[in-house]
Amino acid sequence: MRLTLHIWRQKNAREKGRMVTYELDGVSEDMSFLEMLDMLNEKLMRNGEEPVAFDHDCREGICGACSLAVNGIPHGHEPLTTICQLHMRKFRDGDAIYIEPWRARAFPVIKDLVTDRSALDRIIAAGGYISVHTGGVPDANAILIGKEEAERAMDFAACIGCGACVAACKNSSAMLFVAAKIAQFAYLPQGQPERKRRALAMVAKMDEEGFGACSNLYECEAVCPKGISVSAIALMNRDFIRAKLTEVPQKTTAGGG
Amino acid sequence: MTLDAKIPSGPIEQKWDNHRFEMKLVSPANKRKFSVIVVGTGLAGASAAASLAELGYNVEVFCYNDSPRRAHSIAAQGGINAAKNYPNDGDSIRRLFYDTVKGGDYRAREANVYRLAQVSSAIIDQCVAQGVPFAREYGGYLDNRSFGGAQVSRTFYARGQTGQQLLLGAYSAMMRQVGLGMVRFHSRTEMLDIVVVDGACRGVVTRDLVTGKIESWAADAVILATGGYSNVFFLSTNAIACNVTAIYRAYKKGAFFANPCFTQIHPTCIPLSGTHQSKLTLMSESLRNDGRIWVPKAKGDKRPPNEIPEDERDYYLERMYPSYGNLAPRDISSRAAKRVCDEGRGVGPTGYGVYLDFAESIRRLGRAVIEERYGNLFEMYERITGENPYEVPMRIYPAAHYTMGGLWVDYNLMSTVPGLHVLGEANFSDHGANRLGASALMQGLADGYFIIPYTLSHYFATAKPAKVTTDHAEFRRAESEAHERIRKLLALKGKRTVADIHRELGSVMWEYCGMGRNEQGLKKALEIIPTLREEFWNNAIVVGSGDELNPALERAGRVADFLEFAELMCLDALHRNESCGGHFREEYQTEDGEAKRNDEEYAYVAAWEYAGEGKSPILHREPLEFETVKLQTRSYK
Amino acid sequence: MASFFSFLRSSILSKVVMAATGIILLLFLIGHMLGNMQMYLGPARMNAYAAMLQGLGGALWIVRAVLFLSVVLHVITSIRLKLSNMAAKPSAYVRKKWVKATLTSRTMFLTGSTIALFVTYHLLHFTFKATHPQYAGLRDTFGRMDVYAMVIAAYREPLISLVYIAAMVLLGFHLNHATLSALQTLGVNHPKYNGFIEKLSITVSLLIVLGFISIPCGVFLEIIKPVQATVAGGM
Repeated sequence: MRLTLHIWRQKNAREKGRMVTYELDGVSEDMSFLEMLDMLNEKLMRNGEEPVAFDHDCREGICGACSLAVNGIPHGHEPLTTICQLHMRKFRDGDAIYIEPWRARAFPVIKDLVTDRSALDRIIAAGGYISVHTGGVPDANAILIGKEEAERAMDFAACIGCGACVAACKNSSAMLFVAAKIAQFAYLPQGQPERKRRALAMVAKMDEEGFGACSNLYECEAVCPKGISVSAIALMNRDFIRAKLTEVPQKTTAGGG
Repeated sequence: MTLDAKIPSGPIEQKWDNHRFEMKLVSPANKRKFSVIVVGTGLAGASAAASLAELGYNVEVFCYNDSPRRAHSIAAQGGINAAKNYPNDGDSIRRLFYDTVKGGDYRAREANVYRLAQVSSAIIDQCVAQGVPFAREYGGYLDNRSFGGAQVSRTFYARGQTGQQLLLGAYSAMMRQVGLGMVRFHSRTEMLDIVVVDGACRGVVTRDLVTGKIESWAADAVILATGGYSNVFFLSTNAIACNVTAIYRAYKKGAFFANPCFTQIHPTCIPLSGTHQSKLTLMSESLRNDGRIWVPKAKGDKRPPNEIPEDERDYYLERMYPSYGNLAPRDISSRAAKRVCDEGRGVGPTGYGVYLDFAESIRRLGRAVIEERYGNLFEMYERITGENPYEVPMRIYPAAHYTMGGLWVDYNLMSTVPGLHVLGEANFSDHGANRLGASALMQGLADGYFIIPYTLSHYFATAKPAKVTTDHAEFRRAESEAHERIRKLLALKGKRTVADIHRELGSVMWEYCGMGRNEQGLKKALEIIPTLREEFWNNAIVVGSGDELNPALERAGRVADFLEFAELMCLDALHRNESCGGHFREEYQTEDGEAKRNDEEYAYVAAWEYAGEGKSPILHREPLEFETVKLQTRSYK
Repeated sequence: MASFFSFLRSSILSKVVMAATGIILLLFLIGHMLGNMQMYLGPARMNAYAAMLQGLGGALWIVRAVLFLSVVLHVITSIRLKLSNMAAKPSAYVRKKWVKATLTSRTMFLTGSTIALFVTYHLLHFTFKATHPQYAGLRDTFGRMDVYAMVIAAYREPLISLVYIAAMVLLGFHLNHATLSALQTLGVNHPKYNGFIEKLSITVSLLIVLGFISIPCGVFLEIIKPVQATVAGGM
C-alpha cells in the first residue's frame, strides 16, 4: 500500500504547529496503524530527520495511551477500536490520511501528536475513588452485588482514560470520562457513602480544569473505544443535582480526641 | 558476601505472623518524618504508594508514562488467584502454596510463597472494597473460574480486563493520596539511576521526559516496582516501553540479579505476521477453559482447518497430559506447541501456530455463552487477524510474556542494597522457574498492599537512616553519569535505527535463550551480543536533542541496557545445567521430552553480582530448602 | 447578584438552567400553538380567546414574568456556555468528521440566536404592534381586539409569511435536539424508555412546528378567510 500522510508537527508547547505531508510506500495491510507510523519514523530517522512523536504503550487497546485523531475522528473510523488496534487493512491503497493530536484547551500539545492529559488524573484525585484504607475491610462475599449491577458497573469501569471523548466533543467536555467513574461507583454498594461528595468534587474539578460543558451531541459515545454509554452522563447529572439540592454548608469541625 | 534471606523461624504457617509481631514499628507521629520513593505505578507500585501514604509516610512516585494508569499491569486479562475456596472445591492456603511451588518447578522460596497464599484472600477483600467490579453470580456472590496449573477454581475476574480493574483500584487509592497531599506524583519521568550513600540506597536520579531535566531525589528508602524485562526479546506481550533499565541500573549499583534466565513464554498469543510487527498480543489463558488445542496429524497439511476431519487432528495437550489437558501449565503448553511446530505440523502462513478451536464448545454451550465469556477477546482477535474465531479456529503461538527472574530480595523484599526494596515482577521472589496464570496480579498486590507496609516500617525503625540531601556528592556523581550517558547516546549518528538493533537482539535471544536453550546456542549468543553492542555504539542513529521530548533517545537508553543485560541472561541460562519451568535446556530432558531438574546441584537461587565493566559477574547461591513441600518430578499427566 | 449567577460557573448547573428554562418555553410554545389553532374556529372564538387572555390580569403578568425570566436566563446562560465551550476548544481540527452528532444538534446556538431575533421581531410585530401600528385599531363587532383579522392581515404579506415559516423550521430543528437534550441534562435516560421518549419528542416538535406553520399556509390557501363584517381601520 502507498499512503499520503498529513501529520501535525509541532516542536513543543510554545511553538506553532502545522500539517506536514509524507509519502509512505510499502505499507502492509497486516500492520497496525501505529506500526505504520513506526515505519514512517524509521524512515525519517534513517534520513536524520526527527521522528513523529506520539503516545502509545500497550498496543492492545487497554492502556489508553494512544491518542490520534485520524481523518477527523479520534481513534479513526473503526468503532469500538483504539488507534493501536486499527489495522491497515481498513484503509485503501492510495488513501490520504490526516493525523492530528487531541485538541482541547485542557490537553495542551507537548510535541507533535503528544498531548498532556494529566487533567484527567487530577479529576480522579479529586474524588474518583472509594475512601478505604488498606486492611480492615469485610470479606469480599459480605458485600452482595447482583450480577446485573456488577455488569453495569463493569460497563462503566471499562473506561481506559484515553480522552477520546474530550477530543471528539465540540466543547472539549470531559463529562463522559467523569460520568463513567461516577456511574461505576453509583451501581456498587461500596460507592454509596460518598456518592454525593464524589459527584460534587469531581464535577467541580472538571470545570476548574477548563473542560467545556456537555451539549448532548453524543459524539463522545460514538468514538469511545469502550462504548461507554452517555446514560452515565444522565446519571452524573442526577447525582450532581441531588447533591447540590441537599448540600449542607461546610462547617469546620475539630477532630476528635 | 553471603545471602541472608532472613526467613523467619518457626513452622511455615506461623512465619509471617511471628515476623509481623517481631518487626519493629514506627509510631504514627514519627511516620511523617520518613520519606520513600516509589518507581513504577503498576499494581505493586501503586498499591505500595497508596498503602504507605495512608500510614503517614511521605511518598514520591515516578512513572515514565503520561499517567500512572498506563502501567502494563493494566493489560492483564484473565484474573487473580486467591485461596478463598468459595466454590468449596478443595482449595486452601496450603493448596495454593503447593500449586505455586510446584508450578514454579521447585525453584521458589517456600516461605515467600506461603505468605503470598496467606495474604491472597485479603487482596480480594481489599479490591472489592475499592469498588473493583469482579464478576458475580446471580445471588450476588463472587464468581470464580479455573486457570492453568490448578485443579480448583480459584481465579477471580472482571471480564477479560481483570488487570485493568485491579490497577484502577490501586491507582484510585494512590490518586486519593495525591489529592490529600501525601503522595507527590511525577509522570513522564524516567528513573535513570539509584543513588547509594554510605552503603544504603538513598535516592534516585531521574530525567523529565518532557524537558529533559536531570534531577536528583533523596529519600530514606527506595522502592522499585518497575516490572519485567520480556522486551529483551523485542517481540513480547509487554507494552512497548517496558524495560530493564531501572533494575539493571540498580544491579550495576550493587543489587544482585536473581535467576535472570527464568522467563515465561505464554502459550496463547496471536502468531507473528511479519517483520513490521512491534509487539505480540496475548489471548487470555482463560480461553483454554473452553478451547481445544490441536494441529493436523500429518506434516505439512495445508488444508483449511474445517476440512480436516476429527481423526486427522492431534489434540496434543489432551493426548500428552490427560489429567490437565488444555489447562496444562504455561511452560509445558508452550513447549508442546513448539515441539509440534518443529515437527512441521504447525499451521498458518508461517507454520508457527497451532489451532485453538471453540467449535465444540459453541456446539455444547451455544454461541451466546461463548460470547459472554470471551466476546471481547474474540473481537480483539478479529481486529488483529481479520479472521472470525466463531467460525475459524484461532491460531495461537507462544510469546515472551513474563519474567520470573528479577532483583534478588530477602523475605522483607529488600535487595542486597540496604533501603532498596523491589516489588512485583521486578523482583524474583515467588514464582520460581515458572509462574502460574493469574498469580502475577496476586503477587504484585500482595507485595504492595500487605507486605511492604510492614517490612518498610521495620527497616525505618531499625536502620534509622540519617538525613541525606541531594547536595551529597553521590547525587552529583550519579547526575553527571546520567548526563554523560545521554551525551554519548545523542552523539550516535550511524546508519541503523535503535529499533532495528533491538529487533536483531530479540531474534538472537528468542533463538538461543527462548523456549529451548542449549550450551552451544547460548555460547553463540554470548558471542553475538557483544558484537551487537558494539554495532549499537558505533552504528546506531539517535536523532533530536536531550532537552525535549525525545522518544528516540528514551528508547536508545533502554536498548543499551538490554544489550548488556542480555548477556547476563544467557550466562545464567548457560550456568544452570538443568531444565526447570520456563528454563528448558535441551540437553536435560526426559525420554518423552519433559524438563529434567537437577535438585542435587541446582536447587538454589542464582544471584549475580555486578563485578564491573568488562568483568564476569559473580555468582552467589541462595540454597532453597524445602521443609514443607516434597521435591517431586512435576507431572501434569 | 454575583452569587445568584454563580450557577453559571458550574457546567452542569448551567445546563440545568438551560434545560429547565427550555422546558418552560416549550410548554409555552405548546400553549401558544394550541391557542393559534383557534384561528380555524373563526373570528368569534379566536377573539374571545384573546380577550380572555387579556382579562387574566395579574395571572397574565405572572406568566409573562416567568416567560421573560426564562428567556433571559436561557439566553444569558447560552451565551456564557458558548463562550466557555469555545474557550475549551481553542484550536479546531484541520480535518473534522462527525460520527454521530447531527447537524441540528451542532447548530443549537445558531438556531437559538436566529429564533431569539425572530421572537423580538414577532413581539414588535404582534404584541407591541411597533412594526404595524395600524393593527392597534382592529376591532371586531363586539369591540374586542380583532386578533383574527390581524393575523390574516399579517400573513397576507408574503415576506412576513416566509420569514415566519423559515423561523418555525429553525425552531423545529432547535426543538428536535432541545427536548431530548433537556431530558438528558435533567437525568432522564433509561434504555427501557429512551425509544419512547425519542419518538415523543420528535412528535411534539413536529406538531408544534406544523401547527404554527399551518396558520400562514391556511391564510395563503384561504382556508382561514377574512370576515366581511370586520371594521377596517385606517387602511
